[in-house]
Amino acid sequence: MRREWIPFWHSGLSPHSGDVDLLFIGLLIVSSLVLGLLFFLMATFCVRYRASNQIDRGHQTAKSWHWEVGWTAASFVGFLALFVWGAEIYFQIYRTPPDELSVFVVAKQWMWKVQHTGGQSEINALHIPVRRSIRLVMASQDVIHSFFIPALRLKHDVVPGRYQDLEIEVEKAGHYHLFCAEYCGTEHSGMTGEIVAMEAPDYAAWLATQTPETPLAQEGGALFRELGCSGCHGTGSKIHAPSLDGLYGRPVPLSDGSTVTADDKYIRDSILLPRSQVAAGYEPLMPSFEGKVSEDQLLRLILYIKSLGGRHP
Amino acid sequence: MPNRPAFAPQYVSTRHRDETAELGMWVFIATEVLLFGGLILAYCVFRHTYPEAFAAASRRTEIAIGTANTAILLTSSFLVACAVDAFTEETRKICVALLAGAIALGLLFVLLKGVEYAGEYREHLVPGIDFSFDDKFANGAKLFFLFYFVATAIHALHMLIGISLLAVIARLTWRRAPTTRHRAALHSVALYWHFVDAVWIFLFALIYLPGRAS
Amino acid sequence: MNEDNYLNAGYTLRSWFFTTDHKRIAILYFASLIFFFFIGGAAATLIRIELATPQADLVSSDMYNRLFTMHGVIIVWFFLIPSIPNTLGNFIVPLMIGARDLAFPRLNLLSWYLFMLGGCVTLFAIAAGGIDTGWTFYTPFSTLYSNSYVAVAVTGVFIAGFSSILTGLNFIVTIHRLRAPGLTWYRLPLFLWSLYAPSVILVLATPVLAITLVLIVVERLLGVGFFDPRIGGDPLLFQHLFWFYSHPAVYIMILPGMGVINELISCFSRKAVFGYKFVAWASVAIAALGFLVWGHHMFVSGQSLLASLVFSFMSFVVAVPSAIKVFNWTATLHKGSIRFDAPMLYALAFIGLFTIGGLTGLFLACLAYDVHATDTYFVVAHFHYIMVGGMVTAYFGGLHYWWPKITGRLYSEYWARTAAVLIFFGFNLTFFPQFILGAEGMPRRYHVYPPEFQMWNVLSSGGAVILAAAYLLPLVYLAYSLFFGKRAPANPWDAPGLEWQTPSPPPEFNFETQPVVTRPPYQYTPDFRAEPQNA
Repeated sequence: MRREWIPFWHSGLSPHSGDVDLLFIGLLIVSSLVLGLLFFLMATFCVRYRASNQIDRGHQTAKSWHWEVGWTAASFVGFLALFVWGAEIYFQIYRTPPDELSVFVVAKQWMWKVQHTGGQSEINALHIPVRRSIRLVMASQDVIHSFFIPALRLKHDVVPGRYQDLEIEVEKAGHYHLFCAEYCGTEHSGMTGEIVAMEAPDYAAWLATQTPETPLAQEGGALFRELGCSGCHGTGSKIHAPSLDGLYGRPVPLSDGSTVTADDKYIRDSILLPRSQVAAGYEPLMPSFEGKVSEDQLLRLILYIKSLGGRHP
Repeated sequence: MPNRPAFAPQYVSTRHRDETAELGMWVFIATEVLLFGGLILAYCVFRHTYPEAFAAASRRTEIAIGTANTAILLTSSFLVACAVDAFTEETRKICVALLAGAIALGLLFVLLKGVEYAGEYREHLVPGIDFSFDDKFANGAKLFFLFYFVATAIHALHMLIGISLLAVIARLTWRRAPTTRHRAALHSVALYWHFVDAVWIFLFALIYLPGRAS
Repeated sequence: MNEDNYLNAGYTLRSWFFTTDHKRIAILYFASLIFFFFIGGAAATLIRIELATPQADLVSSDMYNRLFTMHGVIIVWFFLIPSIPNTLGNFIVPLMIGARDLAFPRLNLLSWYLFMLGGCVTLFAIAAGGIDTGWTFYTPFSTLYSNSYVAVAVTGVFIAGFSSILTGLNFIVTIHRLRAPGLTWYRLPLFLWSLYAPSVILVLATPVLAITLVLIVVERLLGVGFFDPRIGGDPLLFQHLFWFYSHPAVYIMILPGMGVINELISCFSRKAVFGYKFVAWASVAIAALGFLVWGHHMFVSGQSLLASLVFSFMSFVVAVPSAIKVFNWTATLHKGSIRFDAPMLYALAFIGLFTIGGLTGLFLACLAYDVHATDTYFVVAHFHYIMVGGMVTAYFGGLHYWWPKITGRLYSEYWARTAAVLIFFGFNLTFFPQFILGAEGMPRRYHVYPPEFQMWNVLSSGGAVILAAAYLLPLVYLAYSLFFGKRAPANPWDAPGLEWQTPSPPPEFNFETQPVVTRPPYQYTPDFRAEPQNA
């Protein structure tokens, strides 16, 4: 298996990795200059003012105020510049991804389970087309994991109990390491995989060969009936429950007077903790599905509800 | 060692020693503030996240016992403050009586706390042990009662330590003529007792009052 | 040698284990710390040997996880945090301020017993089967998923925390109340400023760790807790509380080291420390700002981007006082009369290694680069440069500097210099390759790793073996000096500090008469009057 290995520098592997590498080089230069200056001064002083060397030691710099203010200000200004530089790229890396092509990643001890919207699923591998912005929706089934692709200079923790969006985009086809970077138990170092970036036609071909079972949304629909959701939320139900058609992405007025947007998180919370945010005008009747549905199934349900139409941000 | 002075060699005078001891107690109280501070921070985070559940859970606490305990603790602090004042050769007996009163009130507080715990156990309000609560607020209420039990248990532990310290001082005062050393010790213990009292006032407001206004 | 000293004041076990003499308690701590240092060091050596190849060959994954957890827990709480304060600090603080003991000698002894109790409980957890959470005890792994002795180990750390609090309290009160007449704040040797500031952190941050550990134990016992995502708890809250202690704890470890360096640099340059007030207040600034940077451990955790922004900014700000210190030490060398005795070699090594550690800290404070570097070997290398390259080096420097005072004996200068040089090279060989590994993306806490990383790992493991051997050297020649070393004079370095104005080893109550201070510290004469080796 060929793996692209780019240790320090590769511009243009992803939209931000080049910027991060440039930042790294910048930091490296600044630190080398400071370190060089310091070592030069120390070495010079140590040689020149060694005890055995008879040299003029008079006129010692007594008043230190100017020096102090000088190097304090210089360090501060230098640090400030680095801070701004780093912060700017950080905000680009973690910007809210466009909802274009979503892939779902479930982390659990000790594997990465990836699900494509078409129903293809893979373990410890993620196939993506190149030069397309992909939105990863990540969830953890158990402990904290961290999704880390060193070649893209990209990492984000996956904390249980919440969804994490992350945008990735690869410019160049190849195989890249995927690591779990947050210690997660016995086989932590075995929780690795690879990102396979492919040209669009290759990707389409790959998708086709992956026996597309049923699309996730469709599986979600099956679950929807299996778990009995349709009994109340289905059309023609006798129980007064909100209809889910066209719900996704729309604002939902709640019984406590506030309003939330029906996004992934809201739907997830409504399934697991149905009584925490009750839609206005409805009785809090729904039972909790906590412990009854896995993260995988949750993703399918969400996709199903999404497929019922709605506004896509 | 001949003529061994009344104070340890690192001090210049008894006064120096006593003031140093008092500073030590203040620094210790600073530590304690942060101990409860961490816990109260966690409370604030979850109360902010689950305001309604916290209000609902708070309504299930025994405000009668909580209020009685607040009164008991404030009174005991008052008695201790008076005992510090009464710490002289002439009023030694009064000082001991005041301390005994404070100890009794402290024990009463702990006793009532035990009664309260027993009641909560019967009502299935102990997280982790057969907890049951209105489904809508179950999770938030669990967090609330976790805070309740951890905070009040740690506070009760402080109460027991304080009671023991007061008992030691009372016994010393009872058996021997007052010395400046004992006065300093009483002073420090009194500071500690007032601190434990102050913590309770915060806990009272956080535990019993949410959801009860209006 | 002084006939009536604290060492021959009594020979019974009782005279040691029930002593309230700060000097004897320092020795008790010293002996315990050597023990813990070598336990933690042995674990580190095993880890490095295992990592010499990409596969698992020496230990299983479970064993590996237990090893690095044990290494972290033991070294952080049972070596680094108590190291300088409890041994050198305990011994030197009263001598430096002209006092006959710490303010609360019995509390000091209690603190040692608590430390040992905590240590024994932790060792029990390790012996019974170990802990596999890492020293950070991240939830929900530690509370709900780990099948190891977390609750026991956490209890051990909890108890040791109280020992830290009592020590911090003792130093704060002592430095406030027990200074000799004339010893104003600005006449204090900088070592004391650098002990005072972390003492404040000990007192204010440790209780937050204590309560966090209590919450972990509660969650493990009850099965529900504040950090349990299944009931709406927040695992990140744990990280906030944990780092609120553990980041300032970094400054608890490094500030006393910086304090030692002030003493060494000025003594062996025969000059007062340049910019005394700036260096003194830099310690206070580091301690204060150190409370406001904990979130920089969580840039990729999902905390709000705005919070990350603030924490990144504060992390750059806290680097400024550290930079001030480094510049001032360098300026102190200027026009000095520099001698390269063993303590000075350690001090110079400290400046170099600490600066590398500090500068790489900037890489990590920088938000975008931290996204890549956090949880990789870059972080491991960074904090080992600070903790081991900085702190442990300073500890060795201070130990050599005050050794004649503590023991009344002189060690072999030749071996001391050899060890210093060996430690410096062994250290760099061990940890510099780890920067490269981290920049290439090797995650930390990996038992097996992709083969591309092997070359740098082999270098690092080789360095670790050299470093381990180099750390054993001082044990040998210092122990030798205890029995066969030359008698030390009262003031082998011809230094003006109060601790040198009393015999070596000091008498039981330190000073015959109460010293009075009339001038600022570091009034060195340009030349040595006493030659230590010929005394």
